[in-house]
Amino acid sequence: MSNYFFEVLRPGINTTFQDKGRFHMQHLGVTPGGCMDLDAFLIANALVENSPNEGVLEFAYQGPLLKLIKGKTKIAITGNVLFQIIKPDQDILKGECNRTYTLDEGDQVNILATQESVYGYMALEGGFDLKPFCKSVSILSRAQIGPNEGKKIKISDQIKIKVNRKNKKIFLCEIEKKNKKIIRVLKGSQFDYFSKESQKDFFTKEYKISNLTDRMGMRLEGTHIKNIVSTNIRSEGITKGAIQVPADGQPIVLLTDHPTIGGYPKIANVTSVDYNQLIQKIPGKKISFELIKLHEAEQLYKEHLNSISKIIKNITEIN
Amino acid sequence: MFKKLNNIGDCGIVCDFGEEVNREINSNVIKLFHHIKEKVLDGSLKGIVNYTPSYNKLIINFDLDKINSYKIIDFLKSVDFSKLNLFQKSKKWTIPICYDFEIDLGNISKILKMEKEEIINIHLNTNFFIYMVGFIPGHPFMGDLNPKLFLNRLKTPRVKIPPGSVGIVEKFCNIYPYESPGGWNIIGRTPTKLFNKENEIRPCLLSPGDTVKFKLISKKEFGKLANE
Repeated sequence: MSNYFFEVLRPGINTTFQDKGRFHMQHLGVTPGGCMDLDAFLIANALVENSPNEGVLEFAYQGPLLKLIKGKTKIAITGNVLFQIIKPDQDILKGECNRTYTLDEGDQVNILATQESVYGYMALEGGFDLKPFCKSVSILSRAQIGPNEGKKIKISDQIKIKVNRKNKKIFLCEIEKKNKKIIRVLKGSQFDYFSKESQKDFFTKEYKISNLTDRMGMRLEGTHIKNIVSTNIRSEGITKGAIQVPADGQPIVLLTDHPTIGGYPKIANVTSVDYNQLIQKIPGKKISFELIKLHEAEQLYKEHLNSISKIIKNITEIN
Repeated sequence: MFKKLNNIGDCGIVCDFGEEVNREINSNVIKLFHHIKEKVLDGSLKGIVNYTPSYNKLIINFDLDKINSYKIIDFLKSVDFSKLNLFQKSKKWTIPICYDFEIDLGNISKILKMEKEEIINIHLNTNFFIYMVGFIPGHPFMGDLNPKLFLNRLKTPRVKIPPGSVGIVEKFCNIYPYESPGGWNIIGRTPTKLFNKENEIRPCLLSPGDTVKFKLISKKEFGKLANE
């Protein structure tokens, strides 16, 4: 245990600790949660040579301003993030994503904004010193579960660091930026509840991401989807990426912090391969949906995981 | 046993047991839930990350990197329900309730044209079965209440309901683990904590398949238990 820590000078809008999530508890009403963008999370940890499930800081839109009060550490920021490293002499270094930075006592990390995206991640060499709850350090702020009393990071919080920096090596990796407008989906459990015309509309018309979007769900605006059977169903377990359509005909995509059970008919389900693409889209953006087959979704996801492994394998040291 | 086995997304399976909401159908859901949970926790079924029972369905979520739906469906088809025991893994709970903290009993009494005491007696004499737990952590959906107490949800849900509040709707009874919004008819309150973050091993008191009987306590006893 060290006594090294950051102080939070500005918390950011929605800054939490996250890992892969908390599993085997959905039957008790505890949603898995975890990082919204698992790719960016994995890459952040790999850059600072952490194990793949080490907890990281997740931020949305505006991130935190952190000051390293005591200790030496190494960080990596992933996503598409505008940030600076401010030295004690006020020298400002413009930050680059997907590479490591060594921090010394008195240094500040100023995470200004995520650019054309929602979520960004900061991993720390050796990890943050956090108390897990049921094997996960993911914060579920709605139920106040997880470290930091299950709450978002706030001003003056102290963020503890597990270990002192091992070396000054700098690592970086190349990531190809993707910005797909088409999100691939599979048919939902109640696909037949919707009129033939609405089924067609859903796959041909554009839907706008509304401001009512958070870690729990994404509300879409667009052509009304007509239910011809029943707008209520028996409550049933919910899966990440399910697209439900309540009585108002406007689809809602259920995201990482989804309720554990719910009762609206589901027209489709976002594929695992495109989930990270979707959650990074900012409100106001338009998307459309493409129906694919299960075996295609499985194959695409496998290829996707391989591409992430390749990025991680190609992390290089620079001098 | 299954009416349907379907995929939900590329990393989930829905086991559908039929349309009705009754104990018989839910018992099969819970039997399968216990069976899968046991297999996952003893390590013989790898890659499954969640198993969520509801009234008539069990949803199984898995890690697509470790297993696929074909293997899980093969496993599900091989399950022999006649060998699964429902009550072996279920617990019986007695939960204290103080009806002095009711919000809606007066109104219910008018709607149902029954005395408050009669409503309380029916509630106290019901052996509740937990169909499912969820929506928020630790929140049980229990049945079956005597049809005499059939009520709809409140027309306008309340913004805030105190933690521990016990509500009824249709043939179901619930307990609000946290202060939360809600539309159920509140008939009393329990001092029992349903979700305890300090308890890492067993944070949630009630599990699907458990049975619950309520025990009447006074306001004074409520105060004592709440402070324990």
